[in-house]
Amino acid sequence: MVTGAVPDEYWVPISALQHYSYCPRQCALIHLEQTFDENLYTLRGRAVHERVDVPGVAVEAGVRIERGLVLWSDRLGLVGKADVVEFHGEVPYPVEYKHGSRRASEHDDLQLCAQALCLEEMLGVPVPRGAIYHHSSRHRREVVFTPELRERVTVVLQEVRALLSARLLPPAVNDTRCPRCSLIDSCLPRPVQDRRRIEDLLQEVFNTGLEEGETSA
Amino acid sequence: MLELLNTLYVTTPGAYVRLDHETVRVEADGAKLLQVPVLHLRGIVCFGNVMVSPAVMQRFAQDRRSVVFLDDRGRFAARVQGPTAGNVLLRWEQYEAARSLARSAAIARAIVGGKIQNARFLLQRAARETPDSAESKTLRDCVADLAGILERLKAASEINVIRGLEGEAARRYFGSWDLMIKRDRQAFALQGRQRRPPTNPMNALLSFLYTLLTGECIAAAEGVGLDPQIGYLHELRPGRPALALDLVEELRPSVADRLAIALINLRQATSDDFVTRPGGAIHLSDAGRKKVIVAYERRKQEQVYHPVLDRKVPIGLIPHVQARLLARHLRGDLDHYVPWLYR
Repeated sequence: MVTGAVPDEYWVPISALQHYSYCPRQCALIHLEQTFDENLYTLRGRAVHERVDVPGVAVEAGVRIERGLVLWSDRLGLVGKADVVEFHGEVPYPVEYKHGSRRASEHDDLQLCAQALCLEEMLGVPVPRGAIYHHSSRHRREVVFTPELRERVTVVLQEVRALLSARLLPPAVNDTRCPRCSLIDSCLPRPVQDRRRIEDLLQEVFNTGLEEGETSA
Repeated sequence: MLELLNTLYVTTPGAYVRLDHETVRVEADGAKLLQVPVLHLRGIVCFGNVMVSPAVMQRFAQDRRSVVFLDDRGRFAARVQGPTAGNVLLRWEQYEAARSLARSAAIARAIVGGKIQNARFLLQRAARETPDSAESKTLRDCVADLAGILERLKAASEINVIRGLEGEAARRYFGSWDLMIKRDRQAFALQGRQRRPPTNPMNALLSFLYTLLTGECIAAAEGVGLDPQIGYLHELRPGRPALALDLVEELRPSVADRLAIALINLRQATSDDFVTRPGGAIHLSDAGRKKVIVAYERRKQEQVYHPVLDRKVPIGLIPHVQARLLARHLRGDLDHYVPWLYR
């Protein structure tokens, strides 16, 4: 890949890193299949974001705050939007709003770090730290952009790019992540995973042996 | 979680449907008839002379909620169409499958199988509840004949053979239909399915219910990003929502037919609910149509078991679940499309 010349179709939305890190199939459903399902969690998330989605600048307690700032990196082929970027002096400090309670999650950290990499390239200054603001607990969790986390961003970014260019849907995982996922009704993890069951259910359609009222042993 | 949202049916002539903040207001002669939050509605269906404000149409199109206009006889007239949704990969697979005889035949076979199996279930139930032993036997014979057609269908791989078997099954099924009618059998004799236009009350009632169901299936197809006009069992014709009609097929017996029979057998619909036009065409009266809509909406709330999902869902969501299963099949996630069997 030539630096600074990522072809249009290989640009990756920053949010896709978080989706992919949570579940590659969820990432494909959203970014390839354009699936948008609302559930309780996404509606809450939307309500939180609506407060920070209006682009603008404000100064609060001497800190300049940019809301809804568009971010991109030519070097990485990343593009997205920051909920909030605070400027502590000249140092940008990205803050991502999450509706959930305080749970450290690698998915959120990746997204935030990707924002930091974009800011560094856009503004030419180091961005050492940022924060996740947990709306339910009104708590800020600071994230330090360590070399390991930065490395992880570039690795995941390559995987996401491969997934999106292949245009294939990864198989369903059907594990503990599924019940909380907003896309469970579109993804159908259990039916998709249990091939044997689908086969049996199709057989049932042509089954004339049993009259109603009888039961099979 | 996909919710079963309400469909607002506006049947008052001269009514005006407008947006009031986050609600839909229905007015007639300047008086408010009804006000509902937009979030509670999946769509609006207007009959005859009903006006809908541009704000409502745009808001609904943007949210992918439906706005449908039917003429005063309840036939489809128009639908407000928003921008085409994004899943181009799914639509591509949908077209590819339609170009493949083998893939089309497999989907069509499953759909017809589901339809016949659901029809058998309906006839079986009627046979059990029929006190007259001769009639009961006639119904059971029909069930057995449909089983024979199902056996032949199982081995069919040609789309034309599958379509032929579907027609044969439908003729056999509607041939015994009248025996499922327990009240006013004379007035509600089917005399075979006639559609263009219905010339007796039974056909008029069925046609109206099929129209409602087709509307739901168009919305279901669009809701999962499928093109409602590219189908497998139904041949492509300009203006024909072939895929929606495919989705309707397996639902006819257990959703529409079962309701039509119940309406008549429970005397909720009577001969007075129909209007005869010069020349013999018959359709539901305004009052009759209202009754049918209320019963249909109530039926949509009924919880039924869905074998593939292995849980209960309201009947009103079955078209959406089936459209999703078809989408998952087309994208290669599921080896087969599995129709919904009512039990």
